[in-house]
Amino acid sequence: MSGEVRLSRRRFLKYAAGTAGALVIGIGTADAVDRPPPLGLLGDAWAQVGPYLRIDADGRIFIGVRDPDNGEGTSTSLARIIAEELDADWTRVVVEPLGLGVTAGNGEPKFTYGRQRSGDATSIPAAWADLRQAGALGRWLLLQAAARRLGVPAEQLRGESGMAVAADGRRISYADLASAAASIDAPSAPPPLKSPDRYHLIGQPAGDVDARAVVTGALRYAFDETIGDPVIAVLARCPYPGGSLDTAERDAAMKVDGVYAVIDLTPEQGQPAGMAAQAPALVVLARDTWSALAGRSALDARWKAGNTVEPAASVLEQKALELFDDDAATPTTVRADGDITSARKKAARALEATYFQPWVAHATAETPNCVVRLDPDTSVTVIAATQSPRQVYTVVQRMTGFRPDQIDIQVPRGGGGFGRRLEQDYIAEAMAIALAKKPDEIRNRPVKVLWTRDDDLARDYYRPLAVHRLNASLDRKKAIVGWHQRMASPSALAGRGTPDNRLWQSELVADALPAGLVPNFRSDWYALDSTLARGEWRGSPHVTPTFASESFIDELAHAVKANPLDFRLALLGDPRQLPYGARGGPLDTGRLANVLRLAADKLDWSRWLRSENGLGIACAYVFGAYVAHAIEVSPTADGIDIHRVVCVADVGRVINPMGLEAQLQGATMDALSTALNLAITVKDGRVQQTGFRDYPIAATQPMPYEIETVIVPSTADPSGASVIAVPSAAPALANAVFRATAVRVRRLPLLRELARLR
Amino acid sequence: MAQQGPTSPVPVPAKQDASQPAPKPVREGIDLIVNGERYRHTGDKTMPLLWYLRDVLRLTGAKYGCDQGDCGFCTVIVDGKAVASCKTKMEKMSGRRVTTVEGLAGDDGKLHPVQQAWIDEDAITCGFCQPGQIMAAVELLSRQKNPSDADIDKIGNLCRCGSYGRIRKAIKRAAAAMKDGKA
Repeated sequence: MSGEVRLSRRRFLKYAAGTAGALVIGIGTADAVDRPPPLGLLGDAWAQVGPYLRIDADGRIFIGVRDPDNGEGTSTSLARIIAEELDADWTRVVVEPLGLGVTAGNGEPKFTYGRQRSGDATSIPAAWADLRQAGALGRWLLLQAAARRLGVPAEQLRGESGMAVAADGRRISYADLASAAASIDAPSAPPPLKSPDRYHLIGQPAGDVDARAVVTGALRYAFDETIGDPVIAVLARCPYPGGSLDTAERDAAMKVDGVYAVIDLTPEQGQPAGMAAQAPALVVLARDTWSALAGRSALDARWKAGNTVEPAASVLEQKALELFDDDAATPTTVRADGDITSARKKAARALEATYFQPWVAHATAETPNCVVRLDPDTSVTVIAATQSPRQVYTVVQRMTGFRPDQIDIQVPRGGGGFGRRLEQDYIAEAMAIALAKKPDEIRNRPVKVLWTRDDDLARDYYRPLAVHRLNASLDRKKAIVGWHQRMASPSALAGRGTPDNRLWQSELVADALPAGLVPNFRSDWYALDSTLARGEWRGSPHVTPTFASESFIDELAHAVKANPLDFRLALLGDPRQLPYGARGGPLDTGRLANVLRLAADKLDWSRWLRSENGLGIACAYVFGAYVAHAIEVSPTADGIDIHRVVCVADVGRVINPMGLEAQLQGATMDALSTALNLAITVKDGRVQQTGFRDYPIAATQPMPYEIETVIVPSTADPSGASVIAVPSAAPALANAVFRATAVRVRRLPLLRELARLR
Repeated sequence: MAQQGPTSPVPVPAKQDASQPAPKPVREGIDLIVNGERYRHTGDKTMPLLWYLRDVLRLTGAKYGCDQGDCGFCTVIVDGKAVASCKTKMEKMSGRRVTTVEGLAGDDGKLHPVQQAWIDEDAITCGFCQPGQIMAAVELLSRQKNPSDADIDKIGNLCRCGSYGRIRKAIKRAAAAMKDGKA
């Protein structure tokens, strides 16, 4: 009643009969098969083979989604990839988020569902590679079962909306075939995939599978979890990185009705950044959130800065400028082609510009939180929104010493990720509190850690502040013949065990354009020191460098009196493939030129020269996707109006155009809002921002009424969607602002700088 | 309904005086109606409505976002008006009638036209702000049958995912549906 089909040396599909006549299909790894779970002991096949797909005898089709969904829409798009190959009836599909798949291996944990990470737009490309196969195997088994039942060759049957259909029109529902399909012998090779011309789900718009649960309030985010009546934990964290406690009114906190205890959280030594709690901190444990918050107020914790006091941004920026001018400085050279020095000597023109971008925060809608239910002798359940369930496991395993089968990590839909949920600090906090000695009355209750908004802004893993200096050499034909970019930033990889010569990898992309288009090219990265925690932010290695490079290309175009669109198209040259070391390559210059042209056309770029409004354009290649923004602005007395924003994307084959459009619009909104308004600032060694008044996320002014999107039809393999529309939005805006105001903004946030310069 | 959380503090007599009868414990409480059901709050009067709904009644549809009444994630309707429940203290709630997102759909599970419009326009992205957005829209449509773009923008609830375009469309779709429903 079970079988296996090998997909590759390490990956295979397995299937089995479930309870009540179900067919269950999963994907496994070769490592995991070393010790298959004992058949019969686990009861249902759902647990045996990895719950990717379960066809129930009542007609419902359960699809498990392995990658966390923090608003990227993967619970819908991954499920549709499977359902398409299965020829399922989408109206009968029930989508379930999968927790972490981990089993005991030979001394090492085996992650049975693969990578399970959401970040860098990876979920869709990975799903395209293997989840289609799970659906195809299901269809093949069901059609084999139907062939036996109908007495016709399986080749004469096809799947159609949850039915096996014969050439003569006879049909049997998948529900009726599920049980028999589980006992079909495995095919010798993976069954063939569908021809794309038969797709009826992929490429068609689909609403979010969780929509009904969201709009009725029934969807439980981790923030809403009440399993086992958890004790609520609110923390007073030291606002100075490396600082320590000065005073705290513990007795006053204990007097607050509902407060059970105040306990100390001390730093864990020797852990990589992002894998331990941000300590020291004082933990207030209480009956409910309000009591915990009142207890924290009464606690009135005061803190002292450590030996190193975090400087203001201006100090780091000054350091960056000194490094750029210091011949003895030793940057990491990320890429070097030709000879930039001789190119500069021979150049008809040479230009230089320096760009400054601030610290920014993630400010996820759902603040960090985590629920831990621990039985110290037997098991632990952790419920949290995360972008990296495997990292959660690493932290939980380290802190408990448990075996994989004792650790249950559940990953509900999250209220935004943006890179914040790649960090494990809030998991480690909850684990530490669960393990800590506590009063008897709460000793065995689950613990739920909640962050308030000021907590979130004060102790984020910020997108690093960055300074970029760009130098270009142009020849008499207005072509860029030399390009030297110097970037200085505090690396988000510092303190995470990454060797010094790779710390640049979180900051920039070696082969990002115009690399490969300019014969003499050099990219240098300089390390800055900071005590603030840093992390990934919406594809950040693409974000700050693209603001600098796409602004600078615009400056060059204006310097030689060229139309910035024509200048970019000339730079891209003939359609060809450029080698690209980072994920997504090779880079097709023709596809990038195409999105540029489409964006320009949509905004009626022919107005560029004479329009009173300013038109700006920029493009980027991000994780395999080609994106361009074209933006129209006009000046106002105290700032700008943004009239139109066009976003064009070529992501290869589109799984769900409705979801893709939401991702493009949302990322564009966020990128513009961030560029216009947002900066995390440091004063007296601590972050100043405390809420949405001084950190105004997602501002609707001066945004246009609608972000216009164009999605390029393509049959290329799909890329991801979730962050791709961030990098090119801000430079397109700054380029439009320059046309509208004659002010070149080289420092973000833009509105503050524009006001200063005008 | 099982209630957990704050309990009434028991009044302690200041001084025992044999000449007066011992004071009887007075069970004070704040009576309010939430989604048509009566409740009595006997805990801290300064507790914000948001945490009463979430921690005491276990109605977790209203979300936490900022403590400052700025984001609108916690929006509920009190006596017909949209309020930030994080800034509304329980001491102001006596005799009030509260509707949360859990109370919008009919008993038969039929969605409110605003909820249905949110699904039809696929207005959710991460979804976390959307219960608050929906409550704000319900209140707007209760006083403006044909809201203008400016009326809609005045709501001012934040969406970190930037789904404003679809939210606007959903509100207009709901307005049309509610008009048809009455016609």
